[in-house]
Amino acid sequence: LSVPSEIPKEDGRPKWDNKFQYILSCIGFAVGLGNVWRFPYLCQIHGGGAFLIPYFIALVFEGIPLLHLELALGQCLRKGSIGAWNTISPYLGGIGVASWMVSVLVSLYYNTVLTWVMWYFINSFQEPLPWSVCPLNENRTGLNEECYESTAVNYFWYRKTLNITPDVTESGTLQWWLILCLATCWAIVYLCTIRGIETTGKAIYVTAICPYLVLTIFLIHGLTLPGATEGLAYLFTPNLSTLKNPRVWLDAATQIFFSLSLSFGGLIAFSSYNSPKNDCEKDAVTVAIVNSVTSLYASIPVFSVLGFKATTGYWDCLDRNIINIINEFDLPEESIMRQNYTAWIRFLNSSHPKKIAGLKLKSCDLQEFLDQSVSGTGLAFIVFTQAIILMPGAQAWAILFFIMLFCLGLSSMFGNIEGVFTPLLELRIISKSIPKELLSGIICLICFLIALCFTLGSGSYWIDIFDSYAGSLPLLVIAFFEVIGVAYVYKIKRFSKDVKWMTGRKPNLYWQITWRFISPLLLLIVFVAFVTLQIQKPSSYAAWNPKYEDFPMKEKKVYPPWVLAICVLLAVLPCVFVPLVALFHLIKRMRRNKDSSFAPPEVFSCQGANS
Amino acid sequence: RISNVLLCNVTDRVSFWFVVTDSSKNVTTVPESEVEAAIRMNRNRINSAFLLSDKTLQFLKITSTLSPPAEPSTPVWLIVFGVVLCLIVAGIIFLIVAGIQQRKKKSKESTERENLEEKGEVTVTVENGIPCETLDLKAGHINGVFAADDERFTSL
Repeated sequence: LSVPSEIPKEDGRPKWDNKFQYILSCIGFAVGLGNVWRFPYLCQIHGGGAFLIPYFIALVFEGIPLLHLELALGQCLRKGSIGAWNTISPYLGGIGVASWMVSVLVSLYYNTVLTWVMWYFINSFQEPLPWSVCPLNENRTGLNEECYESTAVNYFWYRKTLNITPDVTESGTLQWWLILCLATCWAIVYLCTIRGIETTGKAIYVTAICPYLVLTIFLIHGLTLPGATEGLAYLFTPNLSTLKNPRVWLDAATQIFFSLSLSFGGLIAFSSYNSPKNDCEKDAVTVAIVNSVTSLYASIPVFSVLGFKATTGYWDCLDRNIINIINEFDLPEESIMRQNYTAWIRFLNSSHPKKIAGLKLKSCDLQEFLDQSVSGTGLAFIVFTQAIILMPGAQAWAILFFIMLFCLGLSSMFGNIEGVFTPLLELRIISKSIPKELLSGIICLICFLIALCFTLGSGSYWIDIFDSYAGSLPLLVIAFFEVIGVAYVYKIKRFSKDVKWMTGRKPNLYWQITWRFISPLLLLIVFVAFVTLQIQKPSSYAAWNPKYEDFPMKEKKVYPPWVLAICVLLAVLPCVFVPLVALFHLIKRMRRNKDSSFAPPEVFSCQGANS
Repeated sequence: RISNVLLCNVTDRVSFWFVVTDSSKNVTTVPESEVEAAIRMNRNRINSAFLLSDKTLQFLKITSTLSPPAEPSTPVWLIVFGVVLCLIVAGIIFLIVAGIQQRKKKSKESTERENLEEKGEVTVTVENGIPCETLDLKAGHINGVFAADDERFTSL
């Protein structure tokens, strides 16, 4: 009897509508905000084009093998992270729990970043843009003091958006506008993940493709801006001497690792919805390469725009000096232009040095403007918004830019939520009668309520803490145990046989060597180096304090002990599950040994699970 | 009256000091605070008399009151936010209602099947968990090769 091919659930498990959806989801998960605002910054500070060398090496020896491992694991075992690791070995179940925990912590704060993007997006529909003008002070005689001393863009970000407190211990109040935006963001996440991959699979077509369109538009526009070539030359000029600094290699390794969104459990969840006979090797290589190419592609418009901003700042500096000189010497207008500025300065310095010194002219250096490198939220919300004001048609560019950021972040959120959602669905604790819509609603509601803490005045300091401690160290630990678990507990020979059954060919020498030796070794080195650097650096943060004497420079403050305790807790909590669960099962087995009536654990294999 | 405004200390860059006298009293100068207040009130008229603006005509020690940027009654961002939120809530409600309807249809089908099985009138043959009737109704193709082959097999 021929069976119609549209039966969607052979074993009750949902499936991707087509292969393209699956690849797009993995790419969307991997390509996130970090590709736009961290990779170009790293390129810039680590010697431009030379950074690509350690980046590529890390990709080949760390990124692609780990990615293939996770995708193959999920596809073979057809379970989320907790179920998958429990199936491989009950002692390794802690890895799954740790992944789940990290996904929860990251989902909490990641959506708050999207809240900020949404706030800027809905403020982009005004003329003039609210971050381009300073508001007036109380008696309307001048501009607001905090705004006047820093810049309008800084003021809008630190005061109007975050309403930041000068210290992490001062919590401030809940900012109602941020709460509204946070609720909207969680509603959007709920709307897209309401039925798991059935709904995210449709949403990913928009959220994964839209950023590429916008990046292309920005690329074309950015290259036409004046000063773009200076920015690009500055970015890509290789400076090979930076490669001697081990910090560069560490940054490349960690960037590749965090950029591919490994160890979250989201990739395992995505590939578990595949049919088992799928070429996961090709998928892994595709996703990794697309991710890296996107990083490179995104750095071009970013640096064109930064070059444009630096050039405009340089011209403004020159113009201000020119006006001062013309006023002082009563010269006719347009006698000094930007081109002959240096000649005039030399002439005037030799003829009237005292007058020139009295003017206190600021030295204008294009290199200095280009050197102002920023990464992270500073790049998007301060530097880029300032550059957008200078473009004609600023509203349209702002809207496009924030839509792109929102899509980038949202597709990564899908992976995070899937990493939380899928293991919960498989736990026997959650009874089958709870509909998926209710479960995803509960997850989104709980996350929203906890994330309200990030809308306090000190919220952005807490997000930095979460990002540095919960979203970095545990991932390295989890990945290390993943590779060790598969290579030495599950045994590579068995894994290679499983992969051969799925893809049709045995993993070649490259995979064998990287899985067995190179990747674990590399991860261990990166982990040790990372921890050493973190411990050496005194844990401080930069606070925005209008009453600081060097304002608008940020004030360097040290975390109080209770905050440090929370940092350590965030870093250690997911990792501690790995030994805890192993210990728990060991004790259970020892107790069962006394009874001597236990069945030996089943030997698991991919083919056995799927025949 | 022009004769009541005396200029002194005229400089290159069109700047000057001035005092205002009051001819009604004995030629005394009007105090600074009053002149200041008067200029503040009539800044616009003085500017337009010289065809200058606040930026090009400066009175030392008299800071001009700046006009605040025009603010609409409802901030624009609230409007955009309202639109976005309405769309999202509509989408969520639509998906939830669709899901509930799908579930009702499924449970109706399964209760119908159970009723039929209880009555024992129709044994529903099931293939892979799907009743055979629905298989026929679904867009399954009858494979001509197999259908033809059926005749060759000997019936048991």
